[in-house]
Amino acid sequence: MTPSQRLRALAWITVAACASACFGGKRHYQEVRNLGSDTMLEVAGAWAEAYDKLTDHIVVSVSGGGSGTGIAAMIVGKIDLANSSRKLKKEELARARSNGSDPIEHHVGYDGIAIYVHKDNPLRSITMAQLKALFGDGGELQRWSQLGVDLGPKDDHIVFVSRQNNSGTYEYFRDAVLGGNRGRFKLECRNMNGSKDVVEVCGKVRGAIGYSGLAYANPSVRVVPVQRGPDDGAITPSDDTIISGEYPIARPLFMYTNGQPRGATKEYLDWIKGDAGQRVLRDHGYPPLRKLD
Amino acid sequence: MTRTPTSTHDSLARELARRDAAWWRDLAARLAVSIGGVSTILFIVAIFAFIGSQGFEFAWNRLSWSELFFGTRWEPTVSPPTYGAWAMIAGTAWITAVAMLVAVPLSFCAAVYIGEFATGRRREWLKILVELLAAIPSVVWGVIGLQVFNPMIQSVFGVQIGLNVLNAGLILGLMAAPIMTTLAEDALKAVPDSYREAAEALGATRWQVIYKVVLPHARPGLSAAVLLGIGRAFGETIAVLMASGHTLMAPGSVFDSAATLTATIAAELGEAAVDSDHYQALFVLGLVLFFITFAINLLADRIVRGRRRS
Repeated sequence: MTPSQRLRALAWITVAACASACFGGKRHYQEVRNLGSDTMLEVAGAWAEAYDKLTDHIVVSVSGGGSGTGIAAMIVGKIDLANSSRKLKKEELARARSNGSDPIEHHVGYDGIAIYVHKDNPLRSITMAQLKALFGDGGELQRWSQLGVDLGPKDDHIVFVSRQNNSGTYEYFRDAVLGGNRGRFKLECRNMNGSKDVVEVCGKVRGAIGYSGLAYANPSVRVVPVQRGPDDGAITPSDDTIISGEYPIARPLFMYTNGQPRGATKEYLDWIKGDAGQRVLRDHGYPPLRKLD
Repeated sequence: MTRTPTSTHDSLARELARRDAAWWRDLAARLAVSIGGVSTILFIVAIFAFIGSQGFEFAWNRLSWSELFFGTRWEPTVSPPTYGAWAMIAGTAWITAVAMLVAVPLSFCAAVYIGEFATGRRREWLKILVELLAAIPSVVWGVIGLQVFNPMIQSVFGVQIGLNVLNAGLILGLMAAPIMTTLAEDALKAVPDSYREAAEALGATRWQVIYKVVLPHARPGLSAAVLLGIGRAFGETIAVLMASGHTLMAPGSVFDSAATLTATIAAELGEAAVDSDHYQALFVLGLVLFFITFAINLLADRIVRGRRRS
């Protein structure tokens, strides 16, 4: 190494050290590890990002993998906060107890499951029983004309758009509409691999009907109001109807902690449940815990 | 030879006495090469052992193999769960068949053009472009299936939904065509020029030379190209998942949606709890897939060997 080379190397090392000192971020921070539901991944990321701007002593790391993955990681203490789009299952609770952990449930928001059809479809409303006859195995509804909808002969056949069989949305819809975990979907359902895909197919296929998160609505589809029974009013999913519990196909979103939350986790969770956190949730298309202005 | 050999024993002793840098380098190179060579076998065995071990407990104790192969319902998350993979096996076969109907004529024509007609710079460019086509990531093909072929199939054939066997088959055919073109062209190139010259001397036209002499002689190589293309189509995952519509029901026509073994594994493994029956069942599907591709590759290998012997 010549002296000039050595000097140049030294200069680079100094620059690098400066850069890591200046841009390396928070030096003395606490980390909140947050993992779980893919449904909640987007909003969990938005929460973490918004919270990051507010504080300089807490860093939230977020990843997906599914509700089950998050809960399993929380039980063994790998993470602080598990996102789940469903309640803890009995087996999971038993496993947690035997592991000496004490899962505490925190309700952080809602997810409305909307019924989507193509924008040209004039279907006014649909009852829960009709939904079961549409999606459930052996259900008699196969043609739009059976529902009094005229889409022309080519699109009269109903195209059912569902989700892959381990998605939380699939399980929730099955439990809420097809009658518990024994409910079976029609085999001809198209099983999309993402919430957005369902809405996209409904927007491209005139004869399609599908279910997916309310947050994914776009101009090429219509959200169909749902009636509990044939004599009940048709309820359009919205923040109001979901918070009040009027809309029948909505699920709560949870975060689980191991024991009562403490320290950074508690601060973060309180912020999420507070107005600021709930506004972030609402801005991402999910109904908040309570009405916000 | 300047040096007269004494005895083999002496030369071996000299060889062993030699411990210079070149000797060490030779040893290192030989070791590295043989580790590399054996590692392939190790990987295959390790992968097989891993897939087998992950699904073994379930496959041994609770899985009904007749249900797996002939059952029509795949509902691992409903209670009671059912594990019938017939729809996926049928879907895989349908989509692969359509893919080959697309890929075989396309790649053989391309191979004949590149190998027999194109010359000089054009030929080099074509070869580069074909290889470039092979490098397009499969998720891009999936997006093409979803966004381009879906509406195209809807409007051309007047069907309700374009996410079906035809769409997935087209995508897979286009994905398999480049590698099949390259292999088929190699097979054509292996036909000695003297054969072509002899045919031309007898007054055959170019097409007659190709049709009557080159193609029959290259048949084993061409069959191997087709089989490897099938293997490629069988194993493809994400593009098929996006383009096939993923319906867990055996298709009755190319306009029905279908699901493949690979796509089902990809779609469901992420959320299946480790060591649950569902998780293990997916590994059993992987095992089925492993055996199918293994058989196809073995067959391709046999065919190529057969050519070399003759």
